[in-house]
Amino acid sequence: MKTEFTKRQLRNDNLQMANDIFRRCVHCGLCTATCSSYVVAGDERDSPRGRIYMIKEMLETGSAPDASLTHHMDRCLTCLSCMTTCPSGVDYMHLSDLARVEIEKRGPRPFRIRFTRGLLSSVMPYPRRFAVAMSLGRLARPFRPLLKAAGFKELAAMLELVPKRGKQSPEFKGGGVARPRGQQHRRVLLMTGCAQKIVRPAINDASIRLMARQGIEVIVSQDTGCCGALDMHMGRESAAIKHARRNLEAWQALEDEAPLDGIIINASGCGTSVKDYPHLLQNVKGIEEQVAHFSAKVYDISEFLADYNFGMAEQWTDLNVALHLPCSMMHGQKISYQPMQLLQNAGFNIHTLDEAHICCGSAGTYNILQPDIANELGQRKAAHIARVKPDVVATGNLGCLTQMGHHSVYPVVHFVELLDWAYGGPCPDGLEHLQDRVDRLAKTNKRNK
Amino acid sequence: MGIFTTVSNRVAAKVPRSLWRDLKEVLKPDQLILDESGRRAYETDALTAYKVMPLAVIMPETTEEVAAVAEIAHRYSIPLVPRGAGTSLAGGAVPIETAIVLCLSRMNKIIDIDYTNRTATVEAGVTNLAISQAVDRDGYFYAPDPSSQLACTIAGNIAMNSGGAHCLKYGVTTHNLLAVKMVTADGQVLEFGGSFFDPIGYDFLSLIAGSEGGLGIVTEATVMLRSKPEGARPILLGFDDIDAAGDCVAEIIGEGIIPVAIEFMDRPAIKVCEEFAGAGYPLDVEALLLIEVEGSDEEIDAALQQILRIASKFNPSHKRIATSAEEAATIWHGRKSAFGAMGRISEYLCMDGVIPLSKLSTVLEKISEICKSYKFEVANIFHAGDGNLHPLIMYDANKPGEIERVEKCGAEILELCVLAGGCITGEHGVGIEKRDLMPLQFDTLDFDNQMRIKQLFDPDWRLNPNKVFPLKMSQAFQDTGSSLLSEDDA
Repeated sequence: MKTEFTKRQLRNDNLQMANDIFRRCVHCGLCTATCSSYVVAGDERDSPRGRIYMIKEMLETGSAPDASLTHHMDRCLTCLSCMTTCPSGVDYMHLSDLARVEIEKRGPRPFRIRFTRGLLSSVMPYPRRFAVAMSLGRLARPFRPLLKAAGFKELAAMLELVPKRGKQSPEFKGGGVARPRGQQHRRVLLMTGCAQKIVRPAINDASIRLMARQGIEVIVSQDTGCCGALDMHMGRESAAIKHARRNLEAWQALEDEAPLDGIIINASGCGTSVKDYPHLLQNVKGIEEQVAHFSAKVYDISEFLADYNFGMAEQWTDLNVALHLPCSMMHGQKISYQPMQLLQNAGFNIHTLDEAHICCGSAGTYNILQPDIANELGQRKAAHIARVKPDVVATGNLGCLTQMGHHSVYPVVHFVELLDWAYGGPCPDGLEHLQDRVDRLAKTNKRNK
Repeated sequence: MGIFTTVSNRVAAKVPRSLWRDLKEVLKPDQLILDESGRRAYETDALTAYKVMPLAVIMPETTEEVAAVAEIAHRYSIPLVPRGAGTSLAGGAVPIETAIVLCLSRMNKIIDIDYTNRTATVEAGVTNLAISQAVDRDGYFYAPDPSSQLACTIAGNIAMNSGGAHCLKYGVTTHNLLAVKMVTADGQVLEFGGSFFDPIGYDFLSLIAGSEGGLGIVTEATVMLRSKPEGARPILLGFDDIDAAGDCVAEIIGEGIIPVAIEFMDRPAIKVCEEFAGAGYPLDVEALLLIEVEGSDEEIDAALQQILRIASKFNPSHKRIATSAEEAATIWHGRKSAFGAMGRISEYLCMDGVIPLSKLSTVLEKISEICKSYKFEVANIFHAGDGNLHPLIMYDANKPGEIERVEKCGAEILELCVLAGGCITGEHGVGIEKRDLMPLQFDTLDFDNQMRIKQLFDPDWRLNPNKVFPLKMSQAFQDTGSSLLSEDDA
């Protein structure tokens, strides 16, 4: 597309980057069709192409973001489905990041929204605060209709998503090192996710067991923290940078002790953002090499384990698994086959979903900030799951797990929990009713042998 | 959100306030876009060289709403520009500043699928691909497949009488359309056709297909479904010589073989598509033919043997038959993404001329000469089977004067097509882009007759205004009843 920046504007690195992105876009409109918000809203302004066009106008004229751009950027899920579709390679991710920073600084937002966003940013990345908030949330849950009626639909949505208390006591508490029983051949750091270790610590437990069984030493460090995704998606760039730098320091300290073979992520939403550290930190001078060094070691757990030979599963199940690849995995990190391959090798029957490229509506804090579209997408996803009638739904990100668990009647787990179960771990929380069936199958198999 | 705040442009100032009040009565607030930034998102389509901000954008959800809006627009003499997904490469959805854009993308429901009669009835805003996806599991598909099929809507396809790669065998939109529901300029709802092939009386459907939204606003369509073939397999044939590829196509068709599709790519196009899709296209050939045949395995084998036999006369330097469904999908993915992938290297103007097959190689040679004379690079990618050319002329949109130069270059190419016995548009339509080139094809008598038909449906010329006909001629016709220009104007 034609752009109208002045030479002076183009001396600004951000505007130069934006200009390059706009020049690649031919405004063909293919992205509209696979955009998670456009499929619901049917409005150009809720499509990547429409947003790109509005951002272009804002940046070219140097004007402050108006209400319309703010509203429609806020309705973007950042699922990045458009980037998988775009044949021109338009970098929507970094363009939308840029716009969000601008909107956060200068965009018009009602107090209610600013309050909710501030609350999320100051609670969710901090596990202790988050744990307290969850307890409070459980107490406040019955008051959802009141909040909704008072116009606080975001707070109501927040409470809606507070899970009922399950068996949540983690096996691997706090920081530490899990050493494999046999010979150790690799050493990795597991990023345990801010919300994940409170909401479903079993995901981390399963990940640790799964890797330790393969001779991998797994470190969980108290010094690493939030990846910064939450703040980045809300346009709070400096907060995101702070989180990223803290992690870099923690990684460096560990690497100084002994070489790290991988920084493992089992919440793909975090993975997309950690893999993007080189971009996020591009203007921080003097750490370029360090950032490049570590970002080359970041793996989603499915990528890291893809080359391992797990051998025969301890218990071969005949379970039908509907696999929902999170957008952050499929579009954000272009991970397409690894989770399916791992699950199939472990003896699960995998079913893919229709409209697999469309977001479930979770999208980080989206289901809190945009409950209307999020609910519609959640129901849509639930309908596709229902068509498959699976025993269990597997995914790779806590957000999707919570969202689908909320909308679908089928149990939802992280795929590492299924893998761990198949290779000798405990039955995942919520699948107890399937254990009998699996045991029966095991008995028949033994008899047949 | 300030949805109903006053529109802040000089045109809107002339519109009576009661218009907004009347619209508000038939629409929900979120169906009416009046703010500047919102309207801007609708000022252009996939031909961004043209852009005009509309007076307002309306997003109807039912035929009744479209009719109600049309009736109001009729009363206030407001022009209406229908829009689907805005993927037109000819500026078909570009508004004028006094017009309201009627965006039908929310009308995206599939109303009925009738396998007994092999029809699907859908709302206007359903995407082309969504129809095929809805019936895929049951072994059916909707045949016309424009490259933008993922996003473009069925009503847009009807407006432009869209084709696509597979039209060589199955025909274009008009051959696959059985009925439409259409809202007229004054808000009446008309129905044409039915779920049968031969409608009684005049064949209005053929008139509506390709009328570019100028006769009415299609809100529903019944289209033909076809059974999926038992199998389909593409073959890639690479040539070191463009002529050889062109002659090969002519001979394949000449021998009476009708593959489902014959697609042509030249060297620059191959490179771009390969970089995007990794389809395994050979990078060391001058021309690549992608030919697809379908049927049972035996039929496919027989047809491919026949094609290979003919091709061997032209010394192809590369031959590859897809061996799996995945391989076939990747091969097509590369071709279908061609236009967008072109954006990776340059802006481009996409031409849409048609020529008789026998002239393919000479025309291609002349196209490259024309572009060379303007110092433009050109990539050719097109439906060779039916002679529908899509030269993509690459240019720098930010360089002053380039857009005018590239349009002139394009016009020369289209004139070449007409001289070769072809025409200026195969499937993208005339829109804004080619309206002033129409006299290459038609004389005053032709125009008069066409405009009489337009006037019959749309007496005030309010539907998708300023499209298709040369501006001066349509103005002359509206003033005098004839498109004959006075000497000053001509």
